[in-house]
Amino acid sequence: MSTSASGSDVTRRTAADLAAAIASGELTSVEVTQAHLDRIAKVDEKVHAFLHVDAEGALAAAAAVDAKRAAGERLGPLAGVPLALKDVFTTRGIPTTCGSKILEGWLPPYDATVTRRLREADVVILGKTNMDEFAMGSSTENSAYGPTRNPWDLERIPGGSGGGSAASLAAFQAPLAIGTDTGGSIRQPGAVTGTVGVKPTYGGVSRYGLVAFSSSLDQGGPCARTVLDAALLHEAIAGYDPLDSTSIDAPVPPVVEAARLGASEGVRGLRIGVVKQFDGEGYAPGVRQRFRESVDLLAELGAEIVEIDAPSFDYALPAYYLIAPSECSSNLARFDAMRYGLRVGDDGTRSAEEVTALTREAGFGAEVKRRIMLGTYALSSGYYDAYYGQAQKVRTLIIRDFDRAFERADVLVSPTTPTTAFKIGERADDPMAMYLADLCTIPTNLAGNAGMSVPCGLAPEDGLPVGFQILAPALKDDRLYRVGAALEAALQDRWGHPILEEVPAL
Amino acid sequence: MPSITREEVAHLAKLSRMELSDAELDHFAGQLDAIVGAVARVGELPTEDVPPTSHAQPLTNVFRADVVRPAGTPILDREEVLAQAPAAEDDRFRVPRILGED
Repeated sequence: MSTSASGSDVTRRTAADLAAAIASGELTSVEVTQAHLDRIAKVDEKVHAFLHVDAEGALAAAAAVDAKRAAGERLGPLAGVPLALKDVFTTRGIPTTCGSKILEGWLPPYDATVTRRLREADVVILGKTNMDEFAMGSSTENSAYGPTRNPWDLERIPGGSGGGSAASLAAFQAPLAIGTDTGGSIRQPGAVTGTVGVKPTYGGVSRYGLVAFSSSLDQGGPCARTVLDAALLHEAIAGYDPLDSTSIDAPVPPVVEAARLGASEGVRGLRIGVVKQFDGEGYAPGVRQRFRESVDLLAELGAEIVEIDAPSFDYALPAYYLIAPSECSSNLARFDAMRYGLRVGDDGTRSAEEVTALTREAGFGAEVKRRIMLGTYALSSGYYDAYYGQAQKVRTLIIRDFDRAFERADVLVSPTTPTTAFKIGERADDPMAMYLADLCTIPTNLAGNAGMSVPCGLAPEDGLPVGFQILAPALKDDRLYRVGAALEAALQDRWGHPILEEVPAL
Repeated sequence: MPSITREEVAHLAKLSRMELSDAELDHFAGQLDAIVGAVARVGELPTEDVPPTSHAQPLTNVFRADVVRPAGTPILDREEVLAQAPAAEDDRFRVPRILGED
């Protein structure tokens, strides 16, 4: 049990609670923001969750919220609450690097839609969080600026690519964070840090200003310490955006209502499908145990448990590692040293093409280079049908398996990732071992539906957090929150406290 | 399936506009070969009559009306954009030569 856990410590409180305290006048947003900036100053040397802290901008935004309240204006549900933003979203005039040297020092000339919506909701942006370069990775070790460390054990990875966002929550540097999930980059970091992470339905949150990795898979979403906080953030950032042509023009699913309903009413009558494919060899014993216990708990709460067979899911990982690199090889062509970012070797004698090649050599890290070349290979004539074309057909089979599964179940569940947090360096030079971290999260990205990871305990063998994954059909994101909040409430009843009270003091 | 040789990596690097070092070519050849060997598993599934999916969302073309955008729609500021360029001259991006000498 942590010695520093204390109800009076502002940084330990939930976002919902902080918003209420600010709205009632118990606390000012400036006080709340300063407390989190102090916490960052105290612990980020150890955790390295942030690439850039915008103390001045955060305090100015907080003061503006306090002024609004003083003027009697009605505040939004997250007004004045601080947040950590993944460094893959553009922020006008504030550095945005995507964890890459090629964008070092870049000051975007525009805000991402997510950034704009956060500002409009009076959420206070503390700074930008560390990530695997261009969101390619499962450990944050691929950041050009050094790894983020897991607050549960500083020798271990916080997951990736959004390790900075997840670690900032577990280190009590921010009560809310934003991530992006292309193959699991919100959910897997959530799992290994004992926090909540949600990948909304593809198209549910605008991609405008989200620096693209794999456009048919990338999706921004909320990260938080509680299911309700994630829901509040989900509602703040979601919704149709004409600036993103893949944005869904439909109402945002009622996620906050569902989170409240799940906590109060539970899951009675819901059909919960356990995916047979996500078990067996390669799954840590403690992960399997905590997952099974959570399924049993949901059954005790009145859910009907069904077994789901989705044979094509066994092929999701290889299909993903063809589709995502193919799209990445195209998307990252924009880093050509001409309009923004790094330029190397422009000595007056070299051609534009030579300068581009020298810049990309100097500016990209190993994983990005691997994926660009893999994608280039998969798309080349002669190999296209066997690799990219075949992967697209597998994607169809995965969607069909989901459709069949959701006829029998309202949600599907599995462990979020097969193991707990591994040691920094353990898989760094073994790409295939690293890729396995996203085994259970990838099918959802390929199908474009919705997924959540919610903490379900600590693995007995190593005392590290285990994540419980919930998947729902497209635009039924509210079901994630219903089940997630019910499980969270039942587990906390059992434990007597939130899981993060057990994180060691930093 | 063909294995990925050092020469093939060099070719992929050229297509990808990346000037890789000799050490990188050696290193990536082994890794890419292992990855391609693993992802080739997608060929194990029978897919004769299966259509490909390029995108999970069934969208076709998304059009907007051809009208002047309302105030407040993001429009990039030229000065701000050029200030972030590696090199700028006369309100334009300055780039290295694009055509050959001859």
